[in-house]
Amino acid sequence: MIDLYIPLIIMVAVGGLFGLSNVILAEVLGPRRTKTKTKLSIYECGMEPITSARERFSVKFYMVAMLFILFDIEIVFMYPWAVQFKVLGTTGLIAMGLFMLLLFAGFIYVIKKGALKWD
Amino acid sequence: MSTTVILFTILSIGAIASGISLVTRRNPVSAAMSLIVHFFMLAGLYLTLQAQFVAIIQILVYAGAIMVLVIFVIMLLNLGKEENLTEKFSMRTTLALALGGLFVVQFLTAFLGKKTGMNALPEKSMSIGTTEGIGNVLFTQYLFPFEAISLLLLAAIVGSILLAKRKHEAS
Repeated sequence: MIDLYIPLIIMVAVGGLFGLSNVILAEVLGPRRTKTKTKLSIYECGMEPITSARERFSVKFYMVAMLFILFDIEIVFMYPWAVQFKVLGTTGLIAMGLFMLLLFAGFIYVIKKGALKWD
Repeated sequence: MSTTVILFTILSIGAIASGISLVTRRNPVSAAMSLIVHFFMLAGLYLTLQAQFVAIIQILVYAGAIMVLVIFVIMLLNLGKEENLTEKFSMRTTLALALGGLFVVQFLTAFLGKKTGMNALPEKSMSIGTTEGIGNVLFTQYLFPFEAISLLLLAAIVGSILLAKRKHEAS
């Protein structure tokens, strides 16, 4: 049974090695320039180019992320239903319909409230 | 050693290493990255336990969606210099260490007393964790909890909008 996952393990290993090899090869094969602080800085007139990356973000980003998670979980429940669609038949369809109906009401609420509007 | 034992060893060492890295990083973003590695290791462990659906959901929801939220909390809270937040040895750390030590002792007594060893999973439990197995019971035996989840998600949608919109209008 573990043999079933050998392709998966190979895929993860090749994927990881590809990413790692790109970083290492770029370092080895790439041109070596003298790196001074002035040379590495971004060219910009009269402005301090580097400030802290930690700034406060708008709550709108939070709303998108939160709603993404909630609808992501909704989709998760569709996988077992879709896999067993034929076995479950009409009962499954009604059960999923009710599930979707309640979340669709939530979706309508999201749209009507303008939660995803970016003004 | 069977492949399962080898995989379990690799994955659990990875999980423990990334877990330690998670709590020791000074930079919260590096800590969050360690948490992603930890989630992947846990997903691998679920796979060795024949819980394929949970393993995929672990990556899909936890490493995907929950991590977005973790990064968000780091960005929204705007902690500033994290180095200033390190606390000295206090009452709370002492208590946490004592309780953690107690947990380790409890764990060791539970496991060292028994004769351990990897027993092969019973035939019945092999098919429970597959997507088909979950689909079969979720829409028949556990239909009511399933429908209740939609209500819970609906409440979460309304709740998050109410919380965020109120602040949005005030500003």
